[in-house]
Amino acid sequence: MSGAFPSSRPPVLRLDHVTYGYVDAPAVDDVSLVMAAGDFMAVVGPNGSGKTTLIKLALGLIKPASGRVQLFGGDVAHFGDWHRVGYVPQVATGIQERFPASVAEIVSHGQYAGVSALRFWKRTTTPVVLEALESAGVAHLAKRRIGELSVGQQQRVLVARALVGRPDLLVLDEPAAGVDAHGEELLNDLLQRLNRENGISVLLVSHDIGAVMRQANVVACINQRLVFHGEPHDLTQDELARLYGFPVEVLLHDALHEHR
Amino acid sequence: MPAILQFEFMVRALIGGAIVGALGPVLGMFLVLRRFSLIADTLSHVALMGVAVGLATGAEPSLVALAAATLGALTVEWLSSRQRLPGDVTLAIVLYTSLAIAVVVISGAQGFSVDLFAFLFGSILSVTSLDLWLLAGLAAAVFVYVTVFFSELSQSSFDASLARVTGVPVGWVNLGLALLTGATITLSMRVVGVLLVGALLVVPVLAGERLATGLRATLGIGVIFGVVSALAGLTIAFYADLSAGGTIVLSAVVLLFGAQGYTALRDRRRASQPE
Repeated sequence: MSGAFPSSRPPVLRLDHVTYGYVDAPAVDDVSLVMAAGDFMAVVGPNGSGKTTLIKLALGLIKPASGRVQLFGGDVAHFGDWHRVGYVPQVATGIQERFPASVAEIVSHGQYAGVSALRFWKRTTTPVVLEALESAGVAHLAKRRIGELSVGQQQRVLVARALVGRPDLLVLDEPAAGVDAHGEELLNDLLQRLNRENGISVLLVSHDIGAVMRQANVVACINQRLVFHGEPHDLTQDELARLYGFPVEVLLHDALHEHR
Repeated sequence: MPAILQFEFMVRALIGGAIVGALGPVLGMFLVLRRFSLIADTLSHVALMGVAVGLATGAEPSLVALAAATLGALTVEWLSSRQRLPGDVTLAIVLYTSLAIAVVVISGAQGFSVDLFAFLFGSILSVTSLDLWLLAGLAAAVFVYVTVFFSELSQSSFDASLARVTGVPVGWVNLGLALLTGATITLSMRVVGVLLVGALLVVPVLAGERLATGLRATLGIGVIFGVVSALAGLTIAFYADLSAGGTIVLSAVVLLFGAQGYTALRDRRRASQPE
């Protein structure tokens, strides 16, 4: 696995011996990994394995107890180029049903680039916003309330919000959670397109290992510690058993087969 | 000229009420969306503590109340930014501590029950020209703050983590909101009273939230409902000789039920007429 790393492409995200949580039961334990520009990296692991914590560390939302996190080559604590990062949080638990913002308003937030005195008086349904909604396949929802949409639709609205700032890195936390099979397929196609055609680096967190094996060119398996970091076809049944604590051949067989 | 406009104190009360009715929902919307609307009740009780201390020591109660509310807002935001305690626990601790201090100070210093009563339930007679100028200044400050930082405030209320990763200084934006909320509550309690001032920040927003799509529309409807409730409540209070604070808040509640009924009817009609 070490053959693929380090890549000649510049690193987008780099974690060096990152630990977070209680000393005797850390949520993330001594994790080091690198993601290069253009990578489609999947972080997989069972529920409670520290995946979401890892994302929060990567985005500087929480500070590691020890270790170092770098975004685009700089320490995340001093990172300021947030327009280069598009973050799609987990929506299944997040959005209030009665939140009155329109879809266009939510997407326009993705264009944020500092205080602007007159923004309040300007239209939110701009061509750039509509274009982002279009590429996420939800342009017809522009005038709807975000709270009344299905989870799958909300997910794609947040993808549009992340895309509108034209990011170099897209970070998605469990985008398939609460989304039906059709919605998941639409999302997967979109992410593939963004990664291959637009060269956007994608960091995707999922507990569904089979689904991401087909998409990612790099996989990081974590269960508090890093169990595996490399290309998906190098992942062995032994490592998967260590990751999930039981053999997972049945679940994985098709996905691995397709990948090859 | 209608009788209500022949009294100078009523004209002052109506102007003050209209400003208070407009200010409340502007700040209240972001608090409701952040699920932090209990901060209004918390800061009103902190202000009450300031009033009690002011009355007991002979200092100007409104100024002490303003200082207390400002300090209270700083404390609440500081405690919740440290994230050691859940937001509602932080608010409960600050609310009950200040209320307890207020009760102790009041029981220790006898003889200002009438003045205190005016602060608790509001007294339209007590609205002075100075109060109106202060309210107008505050309204200007809130207008500028909310229009300039509208995106920051909206994003912080929608999802604080997402806002941070977008580059929004969430902590500072929320601190500004809390400070303006403390000032608004202190100045508004002259009209509606400590006990009901929180309702003026929350109830019109709930009505706006039912009717509007879009944050600016929600804000607009909230402001209209706030002003209408204040003017209707004051008018009813004047002619029926009732407490203005109570009639203002009840007017807002009636508007909320109206909005609720209207949306329920609209949704039923939409459901029976497929597109």
